[in-house]
Amino acid sequence: MVVNRFTILKGEAMAESDDEPGPTSSHPGASADAAPATPAAPLGPAAPLGPAAPLGPSTRTPAPTLVVRGLVKHFGPVVALARAELEVRPGEIHALVGENGAGKSTLVKLLAGVYQPTAGQMLLDGAPLEPRTPADARDAGVAVIYQEPTLFPDLSVAENVFMGRLLTGRGGLVSRKAMRERTRELLATLGVEIDPDRPALGLSIADQQLVEIVKAVSLDAKLLVMDEPTAALSGVEVDRLFAVARQLRDRGAAVVFISHRFDEIFALSDRITVMRDGEHVSTQDTAATDTATIVRQMVGRAVDTMFPRTERTPGAVVLEVQGLTRAGTFEGVDLHVRAGEILGIAGLVGSGRSEVVRAVFGIDRYDSGTVRVDGRVLAQDGPEQAMRHGLALVPEDRRRQGLHTDLSVARNVALTLRRRLSRGGILTSGAEYRVAHEWAATLQVKARDLDAVAGTLSGGNQQKVVLAKWLSTTPRVLLIDEPTRGIDVGTKAEVHRLLDRLAGDGVAVVMISSELPEVLGMSDRVLVMHEGRVTAVLDRADADPETVMSAATGTVRSAVA
Amino acid sequence: MTVDQVRTVPAAPSTRTRLTRVLLGRDAAITALLVAVVLVASLTVDNFSTATTWYFLFLDVFPILLIALPMTLLVIAAQIDLSVASMLGLSSVLVGALYENGWPLAVAALVALVVGAVGGALNGFLVTVVGLPSLAVTIGTLALFRGLAVGILGTRAVTGFPSGAQDLVSAHFAGTGIPVVMALFVVLALAFGVVLHATPTGRLVYAAGLNAEAARFAGGRVGRLTFWLFVASGVMSALAGVYWTLRYGSARGDNAVGLELSVVAAVLVGGVSIFGGRGALPGVVVGVLLIGALRSALRLADVSSDVINVVTGVLLIATVVGPGLVARARGAARRPGTRPSAGAPG
Ligand SMILES: Nc1ncnc2c1ncn2[C@@H]1O[C@H](COP(=O)(O)OP(=O)(O)OP(=O)(O)O)[C@@H](O)[C@H]1O
Ligand SMILES: [Mg+2]
Repeated sequence: MVVNRFTILKGEAMAESDDEPGPTSSHPGASADAAPATPAAPLGPAAPLGPAAPLGPSTRTPAPTLVVRGLVKHFGPVVALARAELEVRPGEIHALVGENGAGKSTLVKLLAGVYQPTAGQMLLDGAPLEPRTPADARDAGVAVIYQEPTLFPDLSVAENVFMGRLLTGRGGLVSRKAMRERTRELLATLGVEIDPDRPALGLSIADQQLVEIVKAVSLDAKLLVMDEPTAALSGVEVDRLFAVARQLRDRGAAVVFISHRFDEIFALSDRITVMRDGEHVSTQDTAATDTATIVRQMVGRAVDTMFPRTERTPGAVVLEVQGLTRAGTFEGVDLHVRAGEILGIAGLVGSGRSEVVRAVFGIDRYDSGTVRVDGRVLAQDGPEQAMRHGLALVPEDRRRQGLHTDLSVARNVALTLRRRLSRGGILTSGAEYRVAHEWAATLQVKARDLDAVAGTLSGGNQQKVVLAKWLSTTPRVLLIDEPTRGIDVGTKAEVHRLLDRLAGDGVAVVMISSELPEVLGMSDRVLVMHEGRVTAVLDRADADPETVMSAATGTVRSAVA
Repeated sequence: MTVDQVRTVPAAPSTRTRLTRVLLGRDAAITALLVAVVLVASLTVDNFSTATTWYFLFLDVFPILLIALPMTLLVIAAQIDLSVASMLGLSSVLVGALYENGWPLAVAALVALVVGAVGGALNGFLVTVVGLPSLAVTIGTLALFRGLAVGILGTRAVTGFPSGAQDLVSAHFAGTGIPVVMALFVVLALAFGVVLHATPTGRLVYAAGLNAEAARFAGGRVGRLTFWLFVASGVMSALAGVYWTLRYGSARGDNAVGLELSVVAAVLVGGVSIFGGRGALPGVVVGVLLIGALRSALRLADVSSDVINVVTGVLLIATVVGPGLVARARGAARRPGTRPSAGAPG
């Protein structure tokens, strides 16, 4: 029945604008559910829904797949959602935006059955949606893709796709063959090249996300929710994800897309809903608005999104890496960075960027090459040694490497400073609170208090805690991997200003970023990597998007400076 | 509290808030349970509230208390040492065998402690350098150390230790039922407590137990820490072996068989999470005393030992599972994301 719905809706869903006529609800079943339960939609243009709608001539606006009304969620004293409203139509990609902590992920988790609402109503195709568990939500037709994929690493791609409802063959046994075939078909439909038999372990984050989408498609989900799916992806991978998302939309699914990247929001979405402090602010057609308007609604004021740049004269070389090689990961990497300079590293995910900085910081060993700090060789003796020489690394994977999600904000921030904060070997909570408070204030961390468990903070605020943890060590060399992943516009500008200020104070900054504008806007020099090698080193003046992208994809191998 | 207050920059919670959190915490609950057990037993069980009862209670739980100190740190660091009782036995046998061969008792005890350190270092090496899981490693050394102990003395027992030493071990502070050895425990407990709760090393213990990778990224030498925790565990087990020998005046290969389970049970009752990262030392000390007091009261009430074991088991399950059930009953929100399948990241 749902498959039917997808196919029939195809024509209508292709319509990019509301003016284009198309059938509304295409099969009798849906209309019977939808019509009575969906009075005038609370948002957007009113949607007159006559009982005649489904079979008669089309109305302008199809009945919404998802309606969220007056949704409230409290966590103890914390009000995560105050009055959330959302309406998503079939065949629509709907962007959900808001500052860090605005309640976007909380809304998603309510839809997904992870949490139950304190008050309010959710309707899916007109019927109340009240999932008690993620399995309920899945059965109702809601598929959710989280920022960090939640695949089981030891199971095959096919088994992951059918997790929780394994296909059985004769005698009730799990039929690997059936699952494999079905997965292969689905992958082919979406034009994704992944072997259904391989284990999920070792798939890139981008591929893992695609597997999650395949899983969603295999469920014939009516509603697909993607919570910051692109935060860990770079350009090409984002394009592939978008192609798949558009395909789903064109089959008539309702897609909710959460992101802090405005270029993506405007490229992908049909409508945008803005949230602030757990409340609905506005819903508008993407075509009828612009970034400045959205930002103002999100933040409540205008934000200067220009990249800050104070003039500075780089000093002596602080960090110098020569011929760094780790078999199968990166090879012959040379780089240097001066005091007061920002070196941007661009490249696709998997190009070895993160691995290089990890090796420099002492997390992974390298086979050959040297790392020098102030001209002296830095022995391979782990992160503690690197920290003693003034290095800091803000890692790419927040939840696994950057943060202790079960520790308090104060303990997280003070963890890197635990020795420096102790007096006569004794470390007091007071000292931890002091430094945590100072940095939480600088970075505007939003949390109940410093004892709040870091895992309960919103994604962007967790990232701020990671930044605080490392900036508080007052490093001389700051290695920073995706500094603004998951951070909202306002804070992003804040972080950029902070990096600029650090460089101004003479810190040598090595910044990896998948966001090209960020790399180009912030860096004094740009180093590009492709498949473990440095393919270009460009001065600020020579670094334009085309040159960087062609070096990153390996289409051009410009001479290495 | 409203959203607006959440927006303000987070401050350290007030002293009152922190005090409330302690009073609502698990340590407070388990202490209340201990007080309740002691009160009820004092009122209902004859002879419970006597100095003699407490004296024997302390002497009985003393080795568990000793070993529970490093075990608490190990379990919080997401490790476990099941070889402790075997090390206790080996240490006891060494003291006996050396003393029998004319070594001074103090030197024999010192050798036992050194062997404890070496045994602990072996565990630590296998876990941190070879990279084997501590559960498997210490089940192996549980058999190894016990095998050595029985191998050295066979089924014999060495007795006849100097009465001075034995008297010292069983002496008590005048006018009370508190054994003198408890002073040693208090000193050691303070030392372990300070390390765990008020030093950089202690912070790393928790961090390593919750997420070893992130702890490493934060500059923690997790391997080194784990190694030394195993060494500490070996030494404390050996010390408990010396105590055991003198307390019972008998060095045997099968001393304290199965004691490791009592230690782990007490650590869990004391509020330490078997998954690591959660728990505190005061809770564990109270946990040991709670189990000891309960068993002692039931024994005095002529309850059969089978029933006592059942009651202890129920207590273990209730205290370990109970808080989770209470939280669920309160409808408390699940914390997203630390274990693979749970929840979603922000
Ligand atoms: N389990 C929880 N316990 C306590 N507070 C929580 C919990 N989950 C979320 N919150 C709080 O609810 C608010 C909204 O968080 P949410 O994760 O929904 O924000 P978000 O809009 O997704 O932000 P981001 O863009 O940073 O991901 C935050 O203040 C957060 O600290
Ligand atoms: Mg979020």
